[in-house]
Amino acid sequence: MAKVRLLVGTHKGGFVMTSDERREKWKIDGPHFAGWDVYHMKGSPADPDRIYASQSRGWFGQVQQRSDDGGATWKPVGNEFKYEGDIKTHKWYDNSDHPYEFTRVWHLEPSLTDANTVFAGVEDASLFKSTDAGETWSELSGLRTHPTAPTWAPGAGGLCLHTIILDKTHPDRIVTAISSAGAFRSDDAGKTWKPINKGLRSNYIPDPDAEVGHCVHHIAMHPSRPNVLFMQKHWDVLRSDDAGDNWHEVSGNLPSDFGFVIDVHAHEPNTIYVVPIKSDSDHFVPDGKLRVYRSRSGGDEWEPLTKGLPQKDCYVNVLRDAMTVDSLDSCGVYFGTSGGQVYASADAGDSWKAIASDLPQVLSVEVQTLS
Amino acid sequence: MIRVVLPANLRTLAGVGHEVEVEVDGVVSQRAVLDALEAAHPELMGTIRDRQTKKRRAMLRFFACEEDLSDEPIDAPLPDEVQRGKEPYLIVGAIAGGGL
Repeated sequence: MAKVRLLVGTHKGGFVMTSDERREKWKIDGPHFAGWDVYHMKGSPADPDRIYASQSRGWFGQVQQRSDDGGATWKPVGNEFKYEGDIKTHKWYDNSDHPYEFTRVWHLEPSLTDANTVFAGVEDASLFKSTDAGETWSELSGLRTHPTAPTWAPGAGGLCLHTIILDKTHPDRIVTAISSAGAFRSDDAGKTWKPINKGLRSNYIPDPDAEVGHCVHHIAMHPSRPNVLFMQKHWDVLRSDDAGDNWHEVSGNLPSDFGFVIDVHAHEPNTIYVVPIKSDSDHFVPDGKLRVYRSRSGGDEWEPLTKGLPQKDCYVNVLRDAMTVDSLDSCGVYFGTSGGQVYASADAGDSWKAIASDLPQVLSVEVQTLS
Repeated sequence: MIRVVLPANLRTLAGVGHEVEVEVDGVVSQRAVLDALEAAHPELMGTIRDRQTKKRRAMLRFFACEEDLSDEPIDAPLPDEVQRGKEPYLIVGAIAGGGL
């Protein structure tokens, strides 16, 4: 019988949740790294027992952890993230020039084919790579030294590289997203980069359709259709059919097109999920109702999914890395909230169940489908 | 032996108890103690001092013998009581003040 393993990063530690393929009963192990922010935990597609975790805290900085036994035990690995060459500057909140300064790892993306290779998206925005299972890290400095980088400015959460998408059919392709600089693509394994923000329109920057400066919150891709990308921007849900070269809005009938998460059904590349959030001022769901919206048409036409989710007096948020899908025949969808709930659907979103209710604020949720 | 007391989160990270003992050759300064501590427990590298600049993390303080040594010269000798192991060198996390 297949198993499912959820990796839940929270404001006060990491949790490993396991279930069989029925996804009805869950065992919760943790907290690992208690008291620390666990921004992200993700398993290697090449070796599911290999899991990487990002552990940080304002007092103590960044620690990286690795498990080689599916999250049962952990070992601290390398935490030196050194920018290569000239440090350079980016814009600060007051528009002054601010030197790039490493703060934390937001996202870890293990290689699709090699368990010892993993990418890290960091704040201040840059991309690092390890080829020795996290022991040492090297910057792919072409992104941070892109000619537009001195104009990048942080969002409220910092100047963070939070999305990394790898593509098995284009092994040298990497898509990243930075708040609030925008989306970028490399087709040469991270040496050179191009902004891919054409079609984005952001009214909170002086030039709404500028080449960079957009607060992209998350991007999702289905592996069978790598040229189709879906984006949840600060405001607006967008779609690209040419690997990000051009985007068009697909917000359609959503009650709000502000949000953080976006994900794609494991077996239906045109079925996507978002969780609308009321606004950038409020950062909670509209009308006190927690609703996942699903589009089966790749955007524009959305249906609310509410069965099993609180429909009154609910004021949570769902952060950018806090939604994921498993690959069982009946696709499982999972997300975690700022209120510490983790919700699971074993039927592609038709119905939901809280599988954890009182965790710390959830920062990220990833799933592994284990045979 | 020099006695060092770590904040709880770092004790867990290093897998040690309330106090750690480190051996220091030569002048027993704050830098020498921290170097010896990190050599004995490499998982602590970067958590007390910045990896590159070696500056103290802003939200940590260094105390000994009821004195705040955080901003004292890093290579100055520590008090005799610390050098003789009678008093510990304290690495203390700032009070969160109700922060999350």
